[in-house]
Amino acid sequence: MTSSPGARRARFDHVSLGFDTPGGRLTVIDDVSYDIDEGEFVAVIGPSGCGKTTMLNMLAGFQAPTSGRVLFDGVPVSGPGPERGVIFQEYGVFPWLTVRDNIAFGLRLKANRVPAAERDEICSHYLALMGLSEFADAYPKHLSGGMRQRLAIARAYAVRPRFLLMDEPFGALDAQTRIHMQNLLLHVLAAERKSVMLITHSVEEAVFLASRVVVVTARPARVKDIVEVPFGYPRTEQLRERREFAELRAHVGRLVMDEYKATTPAQSFVPAD
Amino acid sequence: MRVRGLRTFVLRLAPWLCVLLLWYAVRLSGFVNDVLVPSPQQVGARFIDLLLHHGLLYDIFASARRVFAGVALGIAAAVPIGFLIGWYRPARSFADPLINFFRALPPIALIPLVIVYFGVDELAKLVILFYAAFFSGVIVMYEGVSQITPLYIRVAQTLGASELETFLKVIIPLTVPHILTALRVALGVTWATLVASELIAAQRGLGATIQNASTYFLLDVIYVGIICIGCVALIMDTLLRRLSAWLLVWQDRAAA
Repeated sequence: MTSSPGARRARFDHVSLGFDTPGGRLTVIDDVSYDIDEGEFVAVIGPSGCGKTTMLNMLAGFQAPTSGRVLFDGVPVSGPGPERGVIFQEYGVFPWLTVRDNIAFGLRLKANRVPAAERDEICSHYLALMGLSEFADAYPKHLSGGMRQRLAIARAYAVRPRFLLMDEPFGALDAQTRIHMQNLLLHVLAAERKSVMLITHSVEEAVFLASRVVVVTARPARVKDIVEVPFGYPRTEQLRERREFAELRAHVGRLVMDEYKATTPAQSFVPAD
Repeated sequence: MRVRGLRTFVLRLAPWLCVLLLWYAVRLSGFVNDVLVPSPQQVGARFIDLLLHHGLLYDIFASARRVFAGVALGIAAAVPIGFLIGWYRPARSFADPLINFFRALPPIALIPLVIVYFGVDELAKLVILFYAAFFSGVIVMYEGVSQITPLYIRVAQTLGASELETFLKVIIPLTVPHILTALRVALGVTWATLVASELIAAQRGLGATIQNASTYFLLDVIYVGIICIGCVALIMDTLLRRLSAWLLVWQDRAAA
């Protein structure tokens, strides 16, 4: 690794995105700037449809801004690449490959090819880490939603990305599985530190996982506030019960809720009596 | 396990028994002139007669070979063309009306033209069957390919796949189910077109057998021909389904 901890990994530099529609110019993202440093865990939170995922797509290399720059390691992003692993909300596990072959997929590509013995070793390591060893030879159709997402994380980790981009990764899971997955993610990150950009609409998730929370406004997306999360790592389940955690969660929750109010008719928030 | 196997067997057999009963019922009901509906045993006897003395096996072989060649060539063309149309939107707007125009034409209507351009030999029959297989297969292919979700392609790209690797390792596996469906559909349509293709001065083949029998009003021979076509088509379809089940074990399906 060339850079020291604290070095800048990703940077959104006055990024805007707009479309020309028959009704006029539609601005989706409006002059957004923030950085994600080495080893940092940044959660981006905001009302649904505000353009959070679009920001992730820009850093992943799927979409280009209409103005401003998206930089990775100081270089403008021009397309997807294995140093930026992406975890999608819809998992995207390959149904035609077994669990083990899903993890091995990236390791068989020219970009990150390793000898077969090493590949098997890496696969076994992540199978064990993600609790999937028993299912190594099963097809994804036999896996639950949580297991599919664990597989997607294992597959992304296997090619050793320096940066993880997670697009509402636990959004489709039930509440218990979601909590379990959050703890598992912290556990995996403690073992192998990465810089992370997490898109979420859960305030609890953002504050529990991230070291910094970027609160985004309703469309067009602007940076409303950047909240430092002062709790160190490793974090455990006990953190959720601490008063400071509850206060910070309430603070971020208010910031996000203001944005929901801005997009919804006010009377729906007035009590019925 | 044994009881279940027996149950499946009975379940598979039952519809055929029903058809047989219905056949007898029609004859016994008296609504239809007996001469117009040969009895099952009469058809059975004719089947054995044709098999032993008139080379029915060769007719079956001749027809199966034509169908096989028509489907093989038709699908070999339909897969790449259907793929291109499904994958590239401009290609689709270009080819869609053409394909739907030609697909709507029944192959039988083309027979006079085929005779003019291709004569009355084996080639002419192949052209008709190719036509039937191609147009039924190409639609299945492009509908299927155009529904491939970009998600898997994105995943492969973020793992570092080049365009060629994405094609070989993601797009091809996702296309296989559609190729198999296209094969199945084409096989059905091509068998259905067989009789028409053998209208073109065919000496041998199940369609020819039926044609010749109709000239002499040999209803039992017509019945034998029809049943043979159905049986051979059913066998081919079953084999293809077995192949699909084996190739697509990964698919989330209620039953194979």
